[in-house]
Amino acid sequence: MPSRVEFREDRCKGCLLCTEVCPTGIIQQSSRFNQKGYKVTEIAPDRMNECKGCAFCAMMCPDYAINVFTTKQAKGGKK
Amino acid sequence: MTQEIRVTNYPEVLTDRPSHYCPGCHHGTAHRLVAEAITDLGLVDKTILIGSIGCSVFIYNYLSLDAIESPHGRAPAVATGVKRARPDKIVFTYQGDGDLASIGMAEIMHCANRGENITTIFVNNTVYGMTGGQMAPTTLVGQKTTTCPGGRCRENEGMPIRMTEIIASLGGVAFAERVAVNNVKNIMKAKKAVAKAFEYQTKEIGFSFVEVLATCPTNWRMTPLQANKRVETEMIPYFPLGNYKDVLAKEEK
Amino acid sequence: MSTPKRIFIKGNEAISRGALAAGMKCFFGYPITPQNDIPEFLSQALPDAGGEFVQAESEVAAANMLMGAAACGIRAMTSSSSPGMSLKQEAISYMAGSEIPGVLVNVSRGGPGLGDIGPSQGDYFQAVKGGGHGDYHLLVLAPGTVQEAYDLTIKAFDLAFKYKNPVMVLADAIIGQMKEPVVPWVPENLDPNEGQDWGLQGAKGRDPRLIKSLFLDDGALAGQNLKLQAKYQSMRAEVDQELFLTDDAELIVVAFGSIGRIVKSTIRKLRAQGKKVGLVRPITLFPFPSEVLLKLAKEGKRFLTIEHNMGQMVEDVRLSIRTVADSAFHCQLPGNLPTPDDFEEPILKALEG
Repeated sequence: MPSRVEFREDRCKGCLLCTEVCPTGIIQQSSRFNQKGYKVTEIAPDRMNECKGCAFCAMMCPDYAINVFTTKQAKGGKK
Repeated sequence: MTQEIRVTNYPEVLTDRPSHYCPGCHHGTAHRLVAEAITDLGLVDKTILIGSIGCSVFIYNYLSLDAIESPHGRAPAVATGVKRARPDKIVFTYQGDGDLASIGMAEIMHCANRGENITTIFVNNTVYGMTGGQMAPTTLVGQKTTTCPGGRCRENEGMPIRMTEIIASLGGVAFAERVAVNNVKNIMKAKKAVAKAFEYQTKEIGFSFVEVLATCPTNWRMTPLQANKRVETEMIPYFPLGNYKDVLAKEEK
Repeated sequence: MSTPKRIFIKGNEAISRGALAAGMKCFFGYPITPQNDIPEFLSQALPDAGGEFVQAESEVAAANMLMGAAACGIRAMTSSSSPGMSLKQEAISYMAGSEIPGVLVNVSRGGPGLGDIGPSQGDYFQAVKGGGHGDYHLLVLAPGTVQEAYDLTIKAFDLAFKYKNPVMVLADAIIGQMKEPVVPWVPENLDPNEGQDWGLQGAKGRDPRLIKSLFLDDGALAGQNLKLQAKYQSMRAEVDQELFLTDDAELIVVAFGSIGRIVKSTIRKLRAQGKKVGLVRPITLFPFPSEVLLKLAKEGKRFLTIEHNMGQMVEDVRLSIRTVADSAFHCQLPGNLPTPDDFEEPILKALEG
């Protein structure tokens, strides 16, 4: 099931703790600085499809900068 | 047909304000575990926060609760006053290692010993963070700080204090556990321990205590990742994780 | 009309009973001579009345427990004596800065340091000028009789909540340990909702309340200090003093607390000899009855301050009358119990000029 991660770059402090815990190793430091001067983390857009939606990254983030979404099969048909 | 659902649900009691904590500081994680515990237990509306002195003095900016700022080390005494005045409320202190184990040693010991029905979250990062990295009662032997620049040595400074073990030995204590938040597995255990501590407060069976081993990358002169590693390699061996007292635990035969 | 019931009790007990009558719900104390009767009495009487009593691990802890309880809008009190009061100063500063209505009782003894266990008035500076850090003031009430100790303890709670400020009842070992008849009374119309519009109680259905004294933003601490000073200025409405035979007096003795009452005896004796002496006995030490003293000074009267310390309140007397007059000073040495005879010669000497 496809999952995706949103990084709230204004909150990221570039601590990289999320990169340590991602089981698929797809989180990386970007080359972008946010307004506070921190180099923010990202998942390369072409690797987002590898995200398993485990949200380990969000659990580890001390700054609540990560939102994780996943998809599930909606119940089909009316009863 | 697929539906997107949100996996990460941050409790409402956590404000949206970006924190002043350093990159890689574990305070934010510890705050979140408290927020999750009181939210899941339905306690938010009746919780009163007793802040302390340290980097976390601004915790009231991050948790939307009735709160009071207490003098350095005195949070357990202030909490005692609050709980005796309002016994039906959930009262907790959030303290660092200088606040709790140095200047506040008498207050935490006696609050715990009296069995006050309050919860203390003790964030131990082996250093005085806010004031620039001085030695703390929990600084490890050999660890360099600004007031033991050659590294803490037993002959001059004594040994680091293991608070959870001491607190667990006191009669009024219902629950005492040491946790860490340096990896996901430990975070999950920490979450359970913090929740249990607050749950025990609702049962009015005594004092509950959770020590959270944490990082201070800035004053350890490390990167956040290095600091996180230090929790595992240096802190946990001296401050073992686990439950040290649980009056409701079933005895194992 | 029947005579109201009187009980023959120590000052310490009167203070405890007054606090209970005022609706005190929490008391936090620690043993120290000469005020142990207070925690001992309350350890039984307060739980009997449905309140909470805690013997804290130290005076420091007790003062901080007071801060916590009072921050919930609850009537709460702590008591101690001089060295213990020194320990409470940080918490007092926090309570003043955070505007928390705690009541503190100091049954003062001799100092400095360990001193003795007898009476003195050596804590005037600490109480009135601020033993804690920063620009703040306690409202300070000084009883001179055991009945007054009862009455002023009740008043202390009312004033603490009226001004959202810590209030101190400054007694001494004489008042604390002596027994006198007291007519106990219970204030009517205690407000059951007192403190509930600002106290900590869990933020159900409203914005959270934050009680703090830290103001780091630009201009914030300045604003807080201006606010506090304005409050202290408004406290002048509570000035209280006893004037005894001052109208035709040539010499005004200024004395507070137990010394004030002893001086009254001396004055009665001297009046019988035709000496024109009077007494101003400040009952509120802060706010200080400066206007009353200045008025008397402008009438041409002379002044003698008598205190059981090495000269503390005399500075405030001199400040009050400085544009017009000065005050002589007689020191009753801390460590020596005063009698009315002790003050005869100093008063006569000051009268002669």
